[in-house]
Amino acid sequence: MYNEKVMEAFANPKNVGEIENPDGVGLVGNASCGDIMQITLRIVDEVIVDAKFKTFGCAAAIATSSTATEMVKGMTVDEALKLTNKKVVEALEGLPPQKLHCSVLAEEAIKKAIEDYRSKQAK
Amino acid sequence: MKPIYFDHAATTPLDKRVLEKMMPYFTDIFGNANSQHMFGREAIKGVDTARDTIAKLINCKPSELYFTSGGTEADNWVLKGVADAYKEKGKHIIITQIEHAAMLETAKALEKKGFEVSFAKPTTEGIITPEEIESLIRPDTILIGCMFANNEIGTIQPIKEIVEVAKKYKILTFTDAVQAAGVIKLDVKELGVDFMSFSAHKFYGPKGIGALYVKNGVKIATMMTGGHQERTKRGGTTNVPAVIGFAEAFRIANEELEENAKYVTMLRDRFIDGILKEVPFVRLNGHRTKRLPANADFSFEYIEGESILFSLDLAGIAVSSGSACSSGSLDPSHVLLAIGVPVEVAHGSIRFTFGKHNTVEEVDYAIKSVKEIVERLRALSPLFNAKDGEIKNV
Repeated sequence: MYNEKVMEAFANPKNVGEIENPDGVGLVGNASCGDIMQITLRIVDEVIVDAKFKTFGCAAAIATSSTATEMVKGMTVDEALKLTNKKVVEALEGLPPQKLHCSVLAEEAIKKAIEDYRSKQAK
Repeated sequence: MKPIYFDHAATTPLDKRVLEKMMPYFTDIFGNANSQHMFGREAIKGVDTARDTIAKLINCKPSELYFTSGGTEADNWVLKGVADAYKEKGKHIIITQIEHAAMLETAKALEKKGFEVSFAKPTTEGIITPEEIESLIRPDTILIGCMFANNEIGTIQPIKEIVEVAKKYKILTFTDAVQAAGVIKLDVKELGVDFMSFSAHKFYGPKGIGALYVKNGVKIATMMTGGHQERTKRGGTTNVPAVIGFAEAFRIANEELEENAKYVTMLRDRFIDGILKEVPFVRLNGHRTKRLPANADFSFEYIEGESILFSLDLAGIAVSSGSACSSGSLDPSHVLLAIGVPVEVAHGSIRFTFGKHNTVEEVDYAIKSVKEIVERLRALSPLFNAKDGEIKNV
């Protein structure tokens, strides 16, 4: 059901872990639904210089976490806000239809981490 | 390394001795078992012998056995066929919360047609008690259905005791013996059931063939209208090679039953002990001893079942999962939820079912693989603090 690209990202995910004292944290999903995604960002001068994730979820959730964090690294905060789940799915060359919600979770986690960063900035 | 198959509750490989017995019926003995000429007579002779063999093994008359396309068809037939035949008597049916989808979905379809279904709740160890069944009985109950052994958590149900309760109220009883047949000795007379379903591919027989035992004198509506096959109850040209394979597989399974059960139980217990010793935060689902020899079902906390399944797949081990993500639905296994496994824990469930061709080496390799995979996935999990093995509140 999964293509090779998804399986590769699942088997050898990049950016696993947590950034200490991150500039932004996004935590989405819940355990009873079977998916929780946490993304931490290091942001310097509005540029995402590092991104890490921790995910409780299926192979697709782990693969999209890995890919989404790879994609936002080097982006400005405004660019990262425009990252859609569709782009994450394209980078993985497709997901089974029942797994598309996993990619939505990745988009939401990044948006939430940026919101967190912005709210800290406002203080 | 050769891939390791630990999913025998899903299906089993065809026993080579069974294939040998089936082969002539594809080519030389190809006649339609309904034809009157010599070709047909030869085919029907094979079918009759097969029916006799199976009937003898479960202690019924050959005329009480109807071949079907498998367990799902037999389960459908019992529920719909009894509902139709006894609807004047009552419109209430009792089954259990942990039945196979073939039963649950058929029961739901009957509900839409005006029948009422009560779903008996299992204990936390996955056992349906006769008391629970008795509490659901009503004056208009026409059928009580309880599986002989559960396909996910492997628990073996007290069918004889449940039948005794049903008999007090003169209610018909059915047991889905798909997981038990060929593994546990089945005697329909001793159990006292009115209906029992079978599927050959669960005991090293061919796919696409099963049977329904219907006690003489009990009514059931026709499954498939058509020709005169199966005493007109189930029309359609008899799948002769499959019937032959079913009987041969069932004969071998019963002949080697004790030896296989002993061997597979040894593998299972070695695996269960290994996992409980090597992996923290894990629970064995179901009853420790009242379970099928082949079944070990675990919930690994703080990680998700589908990612365990695919990690094991990458390590060359085939298993199945009770997580929602592997089924395409939003809810994890109805069986695990019914026995009170918390929903977030149920998501991390994996079923290992062993078979006669598995080895101790495979079991030991799997214990090692599971340990490594669980550690890797927990390191990825925001719910688990790998550094000090503590659980985080998210």
